[in-house]
This record gives sequence, C-alpha cells and structure tokens, in this order.
Amino acid sequence: MRSQPVILVLLVHLCISSLSSSLAISPGEGYTVNGRVKIRSMGAQGLVLPGKLSNIKVVLNGGQRVTLLRPDGYFSFDNVPAGTHLIEVDAIGYFFSPVRVDVSARNPGKVQATLTENRRGLSELVLEPLREEQYYEIREPFSLMSVVKSPMGLMMGFMLVVMFLMPKLMENMDPEEMRRAQEEMRSQGVPSLASLLPGGAARS
Amino acid sequence: MGNGMIRFFLVLLLFLSSAEYIFSLYEDQVGLMDWHQRYVGKVKHAVFHTQKTGRKRVAVSTEENVVALLDLRHGEIIWRHVLGANDAVDAVDIALGKYVITLSSEGSILRAWSLPDGQMVWGSFLQGSNLSKSLLSLPVNLKANKGNVILVFSKGCLHAVSSIDGEVLWEKDLSAESIEVQQIIRPLGSDMIYAVGFVGSSQFDAYQINAKNGELVKHKSADFPDGFYGDLLLVSSDILVSLDATRTSLVTIDFQKGEIIFKKTHVSDIVDESFGTAVLLPSELSGMFAVRFNTLLVFIKVTIEGKLEVVDKITNAAAVSDALSFSEGQQAFALVEHVDRKILLTMKLVHDWNSDLLKESIAMDLQRGMVQKVFINTYIRTDRSQGFRALIVMEDHSLLLLQQGEIVWSREEGLASVIDVTTSELPVEKKGILVVKVEQSLFEWLKGHVLKLKGTLMLAGPEDIAAIQGMRLKSSEKSKMTRDHNGFWKLLIVLTKAGKLYALHTGDGRVVWSLLLPSLRESGSCKRPTGLSVYQWQVPHHHAMDENPSVLVVGRCRPNWDAPVALSFVDTYTGKELKSMGLIHSCAQVIPLPFTDSTEQRLHLLIDAEKHAHLYPRTSEAIGILQHEFSNIYWYSVEADNGIIRGHVLTSNCIGMVDEYCFTSRELWSIVFPSESEKIIATATRKLNEVVHTQAKAIADQDVMYKYISKNLLFVATSAPKASGEFGMAQPEESCLVVYLIDTVTGRILHRMTHHGSQGPVHAVLSENWVVYHYFNLRAHRYEMSVMEIYDQSWVDNKDVWKLVVGKHNLTSPISLYSRPAVVTKSQSYFFTHSVKAIAVTSTAKGITSKQLLIGTIGDQVLALDKRYLDPRRSLDPTQAEKEEGIIPLTDSLPIIPQSYVTHALNVEGLRGIVTLPAKLESTTLVFAYGVDIFFTRIAPSRTYDSLTEDFSYALLLLTIVALIAAIFVTWIMSERKELQEKWT
Repeated sequence: MRSQPVILVLLVHLCISSLSSSLAISPGEGYTVNGRVKIRSMGAQGLVLPGKLSNIKVVLNGGQRVTLLRPDGYFSFDNVPAGTHLIEVDAIGYFFSPVRVDVSARNPGKVQATLTENRRGLSELVLEPLREEQYYEIREPFSLMSVVKSPMGLMMGFMLVVMFLMPKLMENMDPEEMRRAQEEMRSQGVPSLASLLPGGAARS
Repeated sequence: MGNGMIRFFLVLLLFLSSAEYIFSLYEDQVGLMDWHQRYVGKVKHAVFHTQKTGRKRVAVSTEENVVALLDLRHGEIIWRHVLGANDAVDAVDIALGKYVITLSSEGSILRAWSLPDGQMVWGSFLQGSNLSKSLLSLPVNLKANKGNVILVFSKGCLHAVSSIDGEVLWEKDLSAESIEVQQIIRPLGSDMIYAVGFVGSSQFDAYQINAKNGELVKHKSADFPDGFYGDLLLVSSDILVSLDATRTSLVTIDFQKGEIIFKKTHVSDIVDESFGTAVLLPSELSGMFAVRFNTLLVFIKVTIEGKLEVVDKITNAAAVSDALSFSEGQQAFALVEHVDRKILLTMKLVHDWNSDLLKESIAMDLQRGMVQKVFINTYIRTDRSQGFRALIVMEDHSLLLLQQGEIVWSREEGLASVIDVTTSELPVEKKGILVVKVEQSLFEWLKGHVLKLKGTLMLAGPEDIAAIQGMRLKSSEKSKMTRDHNGFWKLLIVLTKAGKLYALHTGDGRVVWSLLLPSLRESGSCKRPTGLSVYQWQVPHHHAMDENPSVLVVGRCRPNWDAPVALSFVDTYTGKELKSMGLIHSCAQVIPLPFTDSTEQRLHLLIDAEKHAHLYPRTSEAIGILQHEFSNIYWYSVEADNGIIRGHVLTSNCIGMVDEYCFTSRELWSIVFPSESEKIIATATRKLNEVVHTQAKAIADQDVMYKYISKNLLFVATSAPKASGEFGMAQPEESCLVVYLIDTVTGRILHRMTHHGSQGPVHAVLSENWVVYHYFNLRAHRYEMSVMEIYDQSWVDNKDVWKLVVGKHNLTSPISLYSRPAVVTKSQSYFFTHSVKAIAVTSTAKGITSKQLLIGTIGDQVLALDKRYLDPRRSLDPTQAEKEEGIIPLTDSLPIIPQSYVTHALNVEGLRGIVTLPAKLESTTLVFAYGVDIFFTRIAPSRTYDSLTEDFSYALLLLTIVALIAAIFVTWIMSERKELQEKWT
C-alpha cells in the first residue's frame, strides 16, 4: 500500500518583536523575524528523513540573507529593518509559496504575513504546503496499449489493416464504381489521397 | 469507410506528436545525459575530527561561504551548507566533539552544526556595533554550568557563548575603548582571559577579563613610539610578536608581568642577508614564529629571556602549518617546501629543530602551483607509532590529503569558482577501425538491446536491471575523445578564479587537461591577477583544418578596470599555452569581431581605459581585414555609475604611438539617464553566435509578421535610485522600473516602457527579436517576468505580390540612420513564483527548434520554461486559429512544472550562471550550469524529433520486421491456397 503523502506544514510563527530595550542598539536598527517550518508526517510510513530537514533553507529578500532550520524547525532573521520583506523556503521536493512579511516600525509585535501565491493572509501564521514536487516521470508499467501506440505498433497495426481489411473493402466494392474511380484517377493525373480509396465518401 | 480510417490515423498521429511537451526524465535516466559535480571551494580553514572510533572526518570552511564535512578516507562530502552571499565564514572549530561551530557574517552569526548529519543545532546573533576583527576561541576546559564556553570577539564585543544552546552567558563591550583587539588569550588552567590589541597605531593595550562573568579585572596600556604594523602573533602564553611601523624591526611584547615590556630587535641584527620588508606568517608555532622576507622564510625562536634567535632559513617556496600537540605534550608543525617538481613535507618538533619526525617527498603536478595552506593531524599507525597526515591547499585551490608519502585523494576545488566558459570541438576521428572490433561490438550491441527489450517487457530480473543501468551509465561512447556525429561531445573550456583553465569532457565531466596560466599567476609586476573571460580564438574548419583550435584568455593584473591586461593563447587539444602577452595597455572591453583571417583566427578588438582600440592578432593581414571593414565597426560602452551609455566608432591610427595595431575612437552618440530618477541596473544583448532561422513568423490568420532582427539590439533596465538597493526599503509609489531597447549603432531608443511600482534586481535575456526579463513587483509583492517582442513594420507593405511585380516595393529603398525604423513592440507580463539567480535561453545549431528559457531559481535549480508561455499574443480566450498555432490561453502566473526542472532532484549549489551551447543535432541544446557545483545536461526543447531517443527499442523494431515478414509469408501461402481453391472450383 502506498503511504499517504507527507503533509508538510509550515508554521511560520512570525513573532516580530522589538529587541529588548536593555540592548544598546540605535533605534531603527532592526527587528527579529522568527518563524517555524514544521514538518509533520501523516500516515504509517510517512517519515521525513532528518537529512531532508537539515537542507531546507529560508531565504530573505531573494538571497540577501540565508538561514537554515534548527532541529525543531525554527528559524530567525536578526536585525531586519522595518519594511516589507519576502521570505522564501527552498526545499528540494516541496513547493512553497513565498511569504510577504511586513515589519512595522510603528507597531512592533504585530504580525503581517501573506502568502503571495494565493494572496492568503496568515492570521494564524500557519502555511499549508502548496504541493509536493515530483521531479521524475513515473515509468508506466508495460501495457499492450503503449506498444500499440509506439511507432512500431502503429506500423504493424496499419499493415494488418491494409492486409486484412483492404481486400475485404475491395471485394465489397461495386465493379462499376471501381471503373468510375479509375477513370477519375486517369483524368486527374495526380491521385489525391481521398481518391485513392474509392467510394470512401459514399460509404462512410 | 477507408477515408474515415485514414482520417483516424492522421488524427492519432497528430495527437501523438502534439502532446503537451515538457522536459521530463524518468528516474532511471539520471546520469545518462547529465553529470553533476559537487565542490566546496577554496578551503580557508580546516579542523580535523579523528577520534579513535568512527569515521575520520575534517570540517572545512571555504571562500565560497561553504561549511562542509569531508570524509578523510576518500575526500567525499558528508554534508555541506552553502551560506548566503554575504555570510562569509570567519572561523570554524569543533566543540564537544559533536558540534561544528562557525562564526560568520563579520562575526555576527555564530552557528553550531551537528557533526554527523550537518543539522543546524543552534544559531546565535551576536550584537555589536563596531567593525572589528572576528575571533573565535574554544578554550579546552573553560566550563560554565552549561557545557563548554565559546569565546567570540566580534564587532567590538567579547561574548561568552554556551556551546550547548548558543546562549550568550555574558558579554563585555570594548567598543568604547577604541581598541582594535588582535588576540584573545587564555593561559592554560587560568580563569582569566586577555584581550590584547592596539589603540591607534602606537599604543598597546591589554585587558584582563574574568572568564566566569566577564568582569574587567585589569587594564594595562603602554605606548610604543615607533608604532606597529599588521597583526599581533602569539608566540607563547605571555609573549606576543609584532612588527614596527617601518617593518624592519621585530617587537616582542611581554604583557603578563606587572608592566608591559617591549623589546625591539632590528631584523638585520639577527638575519644577515635581510632585504625588503618583513611579513609575519600567521602560523601559531609555540615558542617560535616565522617571518618572510621576499622569498626567504626565517624561523625565529623566542628564548625564555625573551631573546630572538634564528633557527633556520628556508630559501625554497614553502608553507607552514600551525603547531599541533600530540603525545606527551610534544608539539610539531609541518613545513612544506617546493623542491624541483616535488614537494617536501617535513614534520618538525617545535622544541627540537634538528630532529625531523617525518620527511617525505611527493611528486606534484606542476599545474597545481604552490602550496598555500597546510593543516596537519596525527594518527596512530598499525605499529603504534605516530603518523601524520597533512591536508594541503594549492594555488589552483585544489585540496589534497597527503599521508605516508603519497597523495591519498585530491579535490579540484578550483571548479567551484568558474568565471567564464567557452567550448571547443574534439578532434575528428581517424579512419580505419579494425573489423574484429566492429563484430565484437555488434555482438555486444545486440546483447545490450536484448537486455533492454527484456527490460521494457518487464521480464528482466533484478540483476538484469542492474546490468542495464550499468551499461547505460558506463557507455564507452560517452568518454570518447573524438568528435561524434551528433555534436554532443565537446570540450568545455572553463576559466576559474585561481587563474586555472580546465578542459572538461561533456560526456562524463572529467578533466581532460588543466593549465595554471602563467600569465595569471602572482608575480612581481602582477600582484593580484584576475581572470576575466575566455574567447574562442581559432576555430579551424575551412582553411586551416590541420591546426588545433585555441582559446584566448583575458586577465587583468589588478581588479581595477584600468589595470594592465594579460593575454594567453591556449591550444585546446594539448592544453599548452601557445603564447602569452603581458601588456602595457588596460582593457575595459573585449570585442570579438565577425571576421577571421586565413588561419581562422578571429579578430578581436581590446578597448582600453583611454578608449583606444587594440587589434589582435597582431598581423598585417588582420590590419588589412580591419581596414576593409573600418567604417562598419561600432561598439558601445555602459557606464552604470554615471548612467551613461555611449556609442563609439573607429577613427584612425593612434597618434604619437608607433603601434600600428592601435586605433583611436570617436564617440558617436550617448544616452544620459537622469541620475535622480534612473540608475542602470541591468543590460542584455544577443549572444554573438546566435542563429536565427527565419525572419518571418506566420500567424494564425494566414498573415506574416516580420521579426526585427538586429545584432545591435541592447536591452537596458533602469530603476529609481532609491529602489535599486535592498528590498523592503522603497515604497511602491517611489520605485519605478524603466526598460529600453536601444540600437547600438545609431543610439536610437527603439522602445521604452515603464513598470510602475517595480524594482530590481533585473535578470534579462535577449534572443532573436524578444527579450524576457525578471523583476520584482512591489505592489503585488511578487516577482514578475515580462516578455517584449519587437517586429519590423517596414516589410508589411511588401506582402502585396503585385507591388513586387510592378516594382513599387520598398525593398531597395536606401536604409538611412535618420529614418526612424518602423517597428512595433508587443509586451506582456506574468507572475513568477521564485527569485531568480540566472537566466538563459536554449540555442540550437540552426535556430529552427523552439526556444526554452532556463531559469536558475533561488533553490539553485534550473527550470526549463517553454517560450510559448511568454508570448505577448497570449489572450484569455484564444481563437481556434490561434489555438492551432499553439498559443496558450493567458494565465496570470507562469506554471512551474516539477518535471521540467533540468536539474531534476539535484541542485547546483551557489548557482551563478547558465551557459547553453548548440549541439550538431538541431533538436538538442547542451546546458552547463555553474556555481559552487557544476552541472551539465543536454535537453531537447521540442523533443528529439531528429533522432531516436535513448530508450528506443531496436529489438522491438527487429521483432516488428520479423513479424511483418512472417505475416507476408503467411498471407502469401494463404493467397496461394485460395487461388488454388478457386482454380479447383
């Protein structure tokens, strides 16, 4: 039995919190964006390999900063200036929507995140996986149909048709019609494809 | 009925051929057409992890911002992380025997990686305001209540971080003291930490800090009137060494006693033949240090009384490792010298110079250059004696492990920093293959196909499947060193940052030859040479069949653009440098001209900083060719900083110079962008070797459109200065992206378009008559891709045959620069999900095959996207005729089909560029993507319509033929019988 698809939940728990005032930083320096990519596996066999998690990268603003996930799936960007930012998740095998994150200077702590692919706001900051990515074609098991559909199969099929059906067609044909068709052919000179099969139009 | 039958077949055929095509691969086809090589880059620092049990490993950090763990047995990568572009790794170490600790981003990010699998365990952001040296120190037994303590000095702050969870235990801000901390010292077994450094250029300060809580215990300061130069080097736990400001004296500093004592020793007092200035080597050799005077390497010992004594002088080029303590508190270090064509590895005891622990001589490939770094490690041999292994980094960035007098493994890490790529054809195959060989291969061939047939009919057992797979991967065809019929096998000539040229075989990716270019090596006149680009210099085909093809490598002595240029000409079959020129003039631009001389050498113009053009090759024949085309040579230059694009034309020979290959130029036109509102962020031109099959494009309603095809088309994107910086800083109202299409001969702006509320970075590709560019839409906060197609309208009137007959056409009307070309552009924009790192377009031999865009995404994958998706004629509801033409209904975003990633489940870490090359077979394009990794594959944008695919079953074909012959016989017999019967009746 095939295992159920691994459902990947990206819990972008973005707590945009201003740094505590005890730290001596100049105002407007930046804020910390914390988030979480939570991989939850459903089904009996749906175990996510640990190696897979360790290679997931989180990218801020198209490569300005790159971070990796901690074992619990959390990530953070420090010193992010106020403004509108874009967070992308790079994970082989999964398709993630980029997330628009507003870091507000006026209203620290307020969460503003939107999936840009479907313009869905993240009020609870839970991102459903958009889809899993399958990079390879699935090789279909051997079937008669595929052989028939292959050029060789078509060739054989055509030959069979010509061999067994054509004589039948010829037999059923009116001798008069045959003569007429032959005359037509002679008069036209170059035989067209349709006129090669006499009586086609009348019969079909 | 028959008519219907034929129609049915035609429809079936049509259905089969017009099925929606995407680039796709079956999992078992991986490695058939593609190869992928993983690298880490030039190693900056290496830390061994060789416990008695388990795998022997080494953690490395590199100049490509990679943290990786390598297996010491074979040199494979166990795990690897490529950090962001501005997240350079400053230091790496191993803590608790299970974490790899890295300090990166100028000391602001401290991360711990799990040693076995590379999972990030914790990451800490270290606060600080000043820029300073970043130091990482892992004291052996400094314990806090939570594991060992990691000491980090960065950004003017000293931090103590717990190694268990990355929590900052305490921090001491020293930024207010304006001290430039050079060393963090913790004497063994003490609870004190010393932070020592300079204030200004002539004051030495030492801070004594309690390691438990970060409290400042003592602060000592002393003036040294002669001033200091460079770094401080720790020689023993209480003595530091530095150079004075003139670099002619060595200064020892004793700081742990009551007073700071300076002791100045003039170099000439201890080294007789001292000449030039001294450079302290950063190797930490306890009780000793190494100084380099030009080529001379001097080891100097510091005695207990603080006196300096010369221990040894090495005249050969050499590299020194840090000291390593091994059994019974002994310390040793490695000295690697170049002697002739060999390297001499010597392990020396720090306290006893005359006895060598080890002396091995190893033959070394000259193309690897000098040894630059040495890292050493010990192990216990089977006979229980002490053994040493050394990891060395060479001048060409390669990494080698030396053990027991031989090279255990080597990694060509130079390939992690590819600068430019070009190709060369392989030699033509010689005639006269033995018949026996053919027969044997025929048998093998048949056997192979029988196996394959078994595979397709699902009759093959597991071992058969393994045999099939092995056979496909190890096909001897792939590594043939001769030209193949389809043009798949070529040599990729790759120039790397180290100044090394590699020739890679496209079949299996192996290095055919490599050459460390002498013109791009450090020398007296050329301090920091950098390679710039590679050009095809000589591609023999017509006249000079017997000559080997060659390439031209252009480099500069310094990174600035007015530095003198260095040229090398390299034979691509032998990998030998034919000649090189160290030149006096600079090089701002290289223009390959579309002319070749009688030996098929391509003419190149090198434009220097003064806008003089220098012609190569320097022959009178080349001058003759150039004089003939003198008035037809135009070029342009982009000054992105000033916002100016200029067009130039050749005028005459240089005046006042006796160089007949030098020409002056004149500015023909210039376009000045308003600096307050527009800043040039990207430009794109057509590839020089692009082939366009037809200018006409038949559209649905029996009409024809003419593509505006010009080699002189330039795409320029400008952005508002405010929005040209980082993301998230500009509001949509104040950012605006303007794109231009410019004719570079006349300087005429053919088209201009504004994208309001958009910003860069812009990645663009121009091909035929269209340009596709990727940018960021701030309003939607999504990436967008736009296509712009340009069509020629001057031909439209000529479609009337009668006009042609009567002679009223304008085909012969003169083309003037002053007449505005009648062009029309069409444009359309779509959303695209990912950030883009690089973008390219497929190129084929004749330009007939439809195009695909190759998009390097932020995930370091390469996506093939059919150009049909980027067609400005797409509409929401295409008519029947348009549908038949292949126009896809309009969607707001471009589809990302996972099966169309040409890199399939792999990624090309640190992707920087994608190069496409035409194969001889029209349907096929060769794709080479490079970054930290390199990847090669071949793709067919509209299927391999001109050849049988790899998995074509010849056996099935044979079977069919046999069946048909059998059928013929059967029917023949049947008809004979029937005839006979008819005759009887």
